[in-house]
Amino acid sequence: MIKNEMKLQIPSKSSNESFARVAVASFFSQLDPTVDEISDIKTAVSEAVTNSIVHGYANEIGNIFIHAKILDDNKIYIRIRDKGCGIDDLDQAMEPMFTTCKTGERSGLGFTVMQSFMDNLRVTSKKGKGTIVTLTKKLRKRI
Amino acid sequence: MFYNLYRALVYFNDLNGVIIVGVKIELNDQVMIAYLNGEIDHHTAADIRTDIDIRVEGSHPDILILDFTNVSFMDSSGIGLVMGRYKLMNDIDGTLKIVNPSPQIRKVMSLAGIDRLAIIEKNKPCKRSDCFDKK
Repeated sequence: MIKNEMKLQIPSKSSNESFARVAVASFFSQLDPTVDEISDIKTAVSEAVTNSIVHGYANEIGNIFIHAKILDDNKIYIRIRDKGCGIDDLDQAMEPMFTTCKTGERSGLGFTVMQSFMDNLRVTSKKGKGTIVTLTKKLRKRI
Repeated sequence: MFYNLYRALVYFNDLNGVIIVGVKIELNDQVMIAYLNGEIDHHTAADIRTDIDIRVEGSHPDILILDFTNVSFMDSSGIGLVMGRYKLMNDIDGTLKIVNPSPQIRKVMSLAGIDRLAIIEKNKPCKRSDCFDKK
């Protein structure tokens, strides 16, 4: 059951990366998360949004759609969707250190970070249609 | 007073006029210290990178220290930043040191094995209020 939810739409400008992660983290603050949990959420959201900006909409500005939900049992759900170019080879993209960036300044660790900072990561992508990243995590129950 | 001077040196480059990140660079006896400030993500990393590279290429220090004391957030773009500077220092036979990363930043760094590449140290005592790492 959805206990609360929020939707956010932002253009794929890099100046929105900070806003997106802070907005999502603020929404979940009603669950009274720990400092570590907030850091984990912010980092994972930052990675997904950056992917949409850098790769999804590499040569254009498009919209990024964020849907965050609070579910039963302190579970959180975040979906980050773009209508960009999509990912050619998803298995390859998910490999740690793999990057299509030639400048050597991208680490290729975006999905690895999302995987390790959240409980679950699901990625679906269609060439020319876009990419959907779904992140879930169960926050610790506060007494 | 030093802090005010530091704040004055932090530069404003975001379109919205918000201070997100800055870097202050000092060079003493071939030891270059880059004091990073704010949040490091894809948006802010590019300017930090340019600033550091210009200074390193201009003076070829023996040691480059990246001071993370005032960095409140870093994602994998910061890994690219650190790895790139590691390669740069390697090319000029220098050493890279990372100082005072927060637990969140340390966690991101460990995913990339940066702890095996660069020397990570804590050289400054930090107050409990602004540092949760009790090691």
